[in-house]
Amino acid sequence: MGRVPHYDAIVIGGGHNGLTTAAYLAKAGKQVLLLERRDILGGATVTEEIYPGFKYSVASYVVSLLRPDVIRELKLAEHGLEIVPLESSFSPLPGGDYLVRWADRDQTRREIYRHSPHDADLYPEFGRLMSQMARAVKPLISMAPPDPTSLNPKELLELAKLGRYFARDLEQEHFYSLVKLMTMSVADFLDEWFESEPLKAVMSSSGIIGTFLGPRSPGTAYVMLHHFMGEIDGVFRAWGFPRGGTGAVAESIASAARSYGVEIRTSADVEQVIVKKGRALGVALESGEEIYARRVVSGVDPKRTFLKLVDESHLPSDFVEDIRRFRIQGSSGKVNLALSELPHFTGLPADGPHLRGFISVGPSIEYLERAYDDAKYGAFSRRPYLDIVIPSAIDPAMAPPGKHVMSIFVQHAPYNLNGGWNDAQREAFGDAVVDTLAEFAPNIKDAILHRQVLTPWDLEQVMGLTEGNIFQGELSLHQLFFLRPAAGWARYRTPVKNLYLCGSAAHPGGGISSAPGRLAALEILKNWSKPWSS
Amino acid sequence: MLRGTPFHSRTSALCEGQNWRRWAGYVVAGSYELTHEREYYAIRTTAALIDISPLHKYRIHGPDAVRVVDRIVTRDASKCAVNQIMYTPWCTDAGKVLDDGTLWRLDEQTFRLTAAEPNLHWLLENAIGLAVEIEDESDRIAAVALQGPNSREILKLISDTDLDTLGYFRLKRAAVADLPAIITRTGYTGDLGYEIWVEADQAGRLWDALMAAGRAYGILPTGILALDIARVEAGLLLLEVDYVPARQAEVASQTSTPYELGLGWTVKLDKGPFIGRQALAEQKRRGLKWKFVGIEVEWESLERLYWEFGLPPQLPTEAWRESVPVYSGRQWIGYATSGCWSPILKKYLAMGHLRAQYAKPGTPVKMEVKVEHQRKQAAARVVKKPFFDPERKRA
Ligand SMILES: Cc1cc2nc3c(=O)[nH]c(=O)nc-3n(C[C@H](O)[C@H](O)[C@H](O)COP(=O)(O)OP(=O)(O)OC[C@H]3O[C@@H](n4cnc5c(N)ncnc54)[C@H](O)[C@@H]3O)c2cc1C
Repeated sequence: MGRVPHYDAIVIGGGHNGLTTAAYLAKAGKQVLLLERRDILGGATVTEEIYPGFKYSVASYVVSLLRPDVIRELKLAEHGLEIVPLESSFSPLPGGDYLVRWADRDQTRREIYRHSPHDADLYPEFGRLMSQMARAVKPLISMAPPDPTSLNPKELLELAKLGRYFARDLEQEHFYSLVKLMTMSVADFLDEWFESEPLKAVMSSSGIIGTFLGPRSPGTAYVMLHHFMGEIDGVFRAWGFPRGGTGAVAESIASAARSYGVEIRTSADVEQVIVKKGRALGVALESGEEIYARRVVSGVDPKRTFLKLVDESHLPSDFVEDIRRFRIQGSSGKVNLALSELPHFTGLPADGPHLRGFISVGPSIEYLERAYDDAKYGAFSRRPYLDIVIPSAIDPAMAPPGKHVMSIFVQHAPYNLNGGWNDAQREAFGDAVVDTLAEFAPNIKDAILHRQVLTPWDLEQVMGLTEGNIFQGELSLHQLFFLRPAAGWARYRTPVKNLYLCGSAAHPGGGISSAPGRLAALEILKNWSKPWSS
Repeated sequence: MLRGTPFHSRTSALCEGQNWRRWAGYVVAGSYELTHEREYYAIRTTAALIDISPLHKYRIHGPDAVRVVDRIVTRDASKCAVNQIMYTPWCTDAGKVLDDGTLWRLDEQTFRLTAAEPNLHWLLENAIGLAVEIEDESDRIAAVALQGPNSREILKLISDTDLDTLGYFRLKRAAVADLPAIITRTGYTGDLGYEIWVEADQAGRLWDALMAAGRAYGILPTGILALDIARVEAGLLLLEVDYVPARQAEVASQTSTPYELGLGWTVKLDKGPFIGRQALAEQKRRGLKWKFVGIEVEWESLERLYWEFGLPPQLPTEAWRESVPVYSGRQWIGYATSGCWSPILKKYLAMGHLRAQYAKPGTPVKMEVKVEHQRKQAAARVVKKPFFDPERKRA
């Protein structure tokens, strides 16, 4: 080797997962350097003042999956993290009608009752089943995934434990529900329970968020369950808004990381992972600088890591094939608005608690499926599904007093748009979003002071998300657990010795969770003294 | 008879949940909405407006004001500069805490003392023969606390004074909404915040002005349930909950000295004679048997206890106020008196009295928790208070 390592570990990418891994490694006494390509940390978890006075959570906008153990262990509250729960979900419907699900159970029941007395009674039962299911699956999320094909007795033991758990703790009918959830489409799954179109629509939307799928595509029921797993204070299915925007999550983790001694460099684009004899030795920056370390950890998606940063000659060819096949096409966009006043939804008061939770535009399953149909054939949805929050209604400091910012997550906008994305297409897409919203809140057009439109192509350019996929790879079943990112390589290790993965491409997947980041660090530390060997 | 505070016309119009609590003979809102959750987050992330009028307030004025005050409280009142505020307990001859509150120096010869309990008689008794007047201002003065990170911006809009130069535990006379008022940089939340004190008949106007100015900053009228969580996070004591005031104790063992409450820093033994000094000096020499500490229940342990029943941990949504046994191994070593789940810290917190040898931060202990109707013991650790101490509190 001949090169003296400068650091114990180099982490590539200052997304919240990379920051989390760096913090945990440093907390354990390791000398860590983190390298971020942009001039700002956070990756897809970032707050930026694009328009003066107005702060946008540019990409991700709400937190749900962020692990409470990470908040405790890294003392994130002391580093400024404050998450306010978002408690309602409001769906405007054509003709001034609406459906709101409130924090208060009885208020929600009465509201659903207006649409369907049948559904009103079943709704809490469904919620209970989902939280039981989520709990059943949760142990999977908290542990590093065992490899079922391994002959390593430890792995087999863990798998057996899991099997025993399913056998012991899951009642049979729950087991069937779990199998259904794993295989069905969200629309079919909900059809077995509910009749109200608006209710099914809003519930199914969580099954398609971040996927290139429609509510009738198989596998989407599981994605809905994945969203039920978010927890705040042990309460399942609660979402929150970090004060200061989602960038505050990354900032608080960065602050914790620095307090443990992590050295953070921004505007440091890693061009290559230096590999010799199958072993990662360090990284080379775009500037030509070479930095050496005992371990290299990549918080960047697997396509970038293995098809760009690591020279293919160091990787087994079937692995490269797996990574090439890894499904990552993005299908979501983001529109951020600066507003002179709150949107006024037809049929509701100008201001009210319905504006302080989620606003979900997607009134029926058919509407959602049509939005997907457009995308299937390479166009953006003419009438897209919109998942909206108004951060300034919860944290007024996001905008000047009395003014507002609105975050609109949009589906669908396929990365591979017919004819490709360009400025005109981007603006046409932005117009489709605003026009759709204006059908329900007519004052919106006049209230817009500034508009930022991000297509999947922009997400790739700006945030470095390959193909603009919001989860560094689709959350479909064949890409989860021990298959994430590729069969046989789910324990954060890679075919290159001393090179690890820690981003959302690793188990347990995407979202602002810090879970892959934390688990990767624990796994790396566990094997510190005995570097992985085949 | 219970009565409303000077803000009652305003608070009662807003209190949708009709959740009223009693406080010193008044009714105040427990929470304005059905649950106090949003109000808690207002304290920590935007701004909360809390009616604190039921506090007892006394004006102590005259050439001997310093002497009287110094005789009663444990802090050194002669060191309290004009416009400064000191937090202080006061004690019996035996050094047992009677009450605690804030002592403000309004000018060379005038103090205000706020208290949880009525203290007029105690003050008068200790002023006999001295040149002071003591006035019970409790009903005459209305007070609201404006707490939270946006509180300064809001108050700036409607006051005529420079708030950036108003330090922590300092006061300023100012016009607030054109009303003569005193602004104190104090509070019971451990956050950035102010308390605003006006004549009772002007309370309504003050409230309206604060609510209007706060609208764009996320102000929320906030009840005492939310406040209770914030004060536990801030590690602040509550009379009758965390300690038995000496006047109410049935037996001496129920009482506590300032040292035993973690308030040793407020006891100035060398300032000259004051009530309780001798006993406190004696206790300081002998050492303590009990200490009041912060306790953090370990999440993993809670998770395990509930997991046995196939449940996720069930957390208290309100701060609790009851005596809960604490153990080391099998041995009873004390009791927790308040606790809550901290939504910001994601930690289960408690405060309590432990035998001194177990009171060092880091000491592993066990706290009783009820899990599915059964008494269990959760692993916990002694930790330093305050649990939550943001920089903005003093900045
Ligand atoms: C539009 C959108 C909306 C979303 N909404 C939500 C939401 O509301 N809630 C939620 O929980 N999740 C949401 N997500 C998903 C969530 O944001 C991501 O899963 C999460 O932020 C990923 O974090 P990460 O640390 O794994 O990776 P990333 O955040 O992708 O971080 C990777 C980092 O690596 C850097 N990098 C890339 N290449 C290099 C290189 N060569 N050298 C150095 N650095 C490099 C990048 O600049 C980036 O900072 C959303 C995502 C998007 C895009």
